[in-house]
Amino acid sequence: MPIKQQLKQSLIIAFWFMILTFPIMVIKVNTIQNIIVFRWFNLLWVGILTFFASLVWNYFLRRTEDSKKKDFEDDTPLIHRLLQNDRFRKPFLGLLAAFFIAYPFIFPMYHTSIMISALVYVMLGLGLNIVVGLAGLLDLGYVAFYAVGAYAYALLNLHFGLSFWMVLPLSALLGTLFGVLLGYPVLRLRGDYLAIVTLGFGEIIRIVLENWDEFSNGPRGISDIPAPTFFGHQFNQDNTMIYIYFIVIALVLMTIFFVNRLENSKIGRAWIALRDDEIACQAMGIDKFKTKLTAFALGATWAAMGGVIFAAKTSYINPMSFTIWESITILCVVVIGGMGSAIGVIAGALVLILLPEYLRAVAEYRMLVFGALQVIVMVFKPDGLIKSVRKVYTFQTSQEPQQEKIVHGTHT
Amino acid sequence: MEPILDVKNLTMKFGGLKALDDVSIAIEKGQIAALIGPNGAGKTTFFNCITGIYDPTMGEVQITPPGKSTQSLRGLKPNYVTERGIARTFQNIRLFHGMTVLENVMIGRHCRLSSGIIKAMLRPPSQRDEEKQAVYDSYEILEKIGLEKYVNEMAVNLPYGAQRRLEIARAMATEPFLLLLDEPAAGMNPRETQELDDLILWLRDNENLTILLIEHDMKLVMSLSDQIHVVDYGKKIAEGSPEDIKANSDVIKAYLGEESDDA
Repeated sequence: MPIKQQLKQSLIIAFWFMILTFPIMVIKVNTIQNIIVFRWFNLLWVGILTFFASLVWNYFLRRTEDSKKKDFEDDTPLIHRLLQNDRFRKPFLGLLAAFFIAYPFIFPMYHTSIMISALVYVMLGLGLNIVVGLAGLLDLGYVAFYAVGAYAYALLNLHFGLSFWMVLPLSALLGTLFGVLLGYPVLRLRGDYLAIVTLGFGEIIRIVLENWDEFSNGPRGISDIPAPTFFGHQFNQDNTMIYIYFIVIALVLMTIFFVNRLENSKIGRAWIALRDDEIACQAMGIDKFKTKLTAFALGATWAAMGGVIFAAKTSYINPMSFTIWESITILCVVVIGGMGSAIGVIAGALVLILLPEYLRAVAEYRMLVFGALQVIVMVFKPDGLIKSVRKVYTFQTSQEPQQEKIVHGTHT
Repeated sequence: MEPILDVKNLTMKFGGLKALDDVSIAIEKGQIAALIGPNGAGKTTFFNCITGIYDPTMGEVQITPPGKSTQSLRGLKPNYVTERGIARTFQNIRLFHGMTVLENVMIGRHCRLSSGIIKAMLRPPSQRDEEKQAVYDSYEILEKIGLEKYVNEMAVNLPYGAQRRLEIARAMATEPFLLLLDEPAAGMNPRETQELDDLILWLRDNENLTILLIEHDMKLVMSLSDQIHVVDYGKKIAEGSPEDIKANSDVIKAYLGEESDDA
C-alpha cells in the first residue's frame, strides 16, 4: 500500500476513534457545580495517539503477511527447532529444570504461590487442550471438573478424613466419571450447540454447590482444608508452599508425559481426525462417540487433579472460585498458547496467569492490557504463541530410527 | 455364488423427496462396477446408504465378505461398516488437513489396531510394536499407491491428483474387500486420469478388491467397468456391460444426448 494511502487510512481511523471516545474522553459532568466541562485537549491526544498506533499496527500486519507468503519451511516455531536440535536440547532442558528447581528458593513465597497457580493452569490447559485443541470440542464448562476435584478433596477430607494423597487418584477417577456422565448426553451436539450446553453444565455444577447447603456448605464454602503431608509429616507454612510447588511440578511433568504419549497414539490421531472431518473420520472406522467421550473424560481427569491442588493450596474453597470466567481463562490459555500444541499451552498458561499478577502495579488498566494483548496475539499470531504440534509429530517420525529402518528396508 | 454386495429395494426419502426409489444392485466378487447417472440422480446417496451415513427408509443391504457368511449392514454406524470391510472415498476430498500424509493413512489403520488408552499412556512393548507395524504398513500402502515421496508432507499441501490418490490410500489402509470410489477422477487432467485407470485395475488384480465407482468420465467408466448400473431420478433405469449401456435408449434419453457422443 502506498504511503499516502496509509496515511489517509490512519487519519480516518484516528478521526473515527475521536468520535467514538468523545463521550468518555471529552465530556465531563461536574456534579458539584452542575456544569459540563469539555476537555478538548483529550480529543487531540486521542487523535494523535490513534494515528501513530494505527501506522505501527499496519506496519506489523504487513510484515506478518509478507512473511507468510515467503516460505512454508521456516515457520516451525523457534522452540520446536531448539528442541529438535540435539546440541541445544540438553542444555536447554537442563537450564529450564535448574530454573524451576531453584525457583522457590530464590524468590519470595509470594512468587512461589503465583507460580503454583500458573502451573495449575498449565495442567488445566493441557487437559482442555485434549478436548478443544485436539478433539475440537468447544467446552465452555470445563471449570465444572475443576470444581469436582476441589470439592472432592474438601468434602472427602471433611467427612472421611481422607488425605491429599488418597484423594488425588480418587479425584482423577471422579473427574473421569463426571466427564463421562456429563459428556454422554451432550456429545451428540457439535460446534456452537455443544459450547452452549457445556456452558450450562458448568453453571449447573456451580449453582448446585452454591445452593445445596447440607452438601457443600453453600456460598460459605469449606475452610481449613489441610495441606498435603510428606509421609505423615506436616511442614510449616512456607515449606508447605514449596512442597506443593514441587508436587505441582511433578504433576505437570506427568501430564506432559501422558498427554504427549496420548497425542502420538491411535487415540490421539483419532481425536485430530475427528476435529478435522467428522464424516471422513467415521468412514475410516473410528467410533465418533467413543472418541469424543474419551477426549471429554480425559480432559476432565486433569481438571479434577488441578482442583485438588487448588483446594490444598488455598485451604479454602467456595463456589465463587468456579465461575464461567475460569472456564474462559482456561480456554484463552489454550487458544492463545496454540490449539493442539502442548508447548504452546504451557507458554500460554505462564503468560496469561503470570502477566496479570505482575501487572498489579498498573492495577487499574490490568484488564485493558490483558485484553489488548489477546487481541494482538490473535491478529499477529492466529495459530497461537507457539503453534500446533503436528509439525513436531512429523519431525519425530522422520527422525525416529524406526522410520529410517522402514525407508531403507523397503528399498533393499 | 452369493454376490459380494447385494442391495435390495433400497429407498431413501428426505421428507417428500425420494432420493432413491427401489434400487437393487448386486455386485460380484472381483468386479469393477460403475454407478452412473446425471447429476442429482442419487448416486452419492446410494453410497451414503451403504456406508451407514444415512439410514435408508426401506430396503436391505447385505454383504458376503470372501470366506465369510452373509450379513446385513442396515442400520450400522459408518465405523462398523468400515470394520466389516467396506471402504470409501469422497466426492469432495475429505482429507484430515491437520495431519501429514502418513498420519492420514495411519488413521485408516485405526480400526485394525487394538491398543487402548491405558496402553497408549503406558506404552508396553505390545503397543510399541503395534505402532511400528502401523507406520510400516501405512508406508507400504503409500508406496503401492505411489505417494511415498510425500510421506511427511501436510496433506493439504499435496497436488490435487495426489490428494485424490491419498484418499484411496487411506481407504486401502482399512483392509477392505469392497472399495467404493465416489468420482475419483473428478478434476483430474487426462494423464492423472490414465494413472488412476491403471491404479484401479491394479487394485483389483493385486489386492483382490471389488470396486464400485461413481464417475462422470465416460471414457474411464467404459474402459474400466465390467458392469454398469445407471440411475436417474433415484430409479435404476439400466444395468449391463458397457456395450449394452452404450446401446440402451433409456440411458441415452436420461442423458438427453449430452453424453451420447462419448457413450
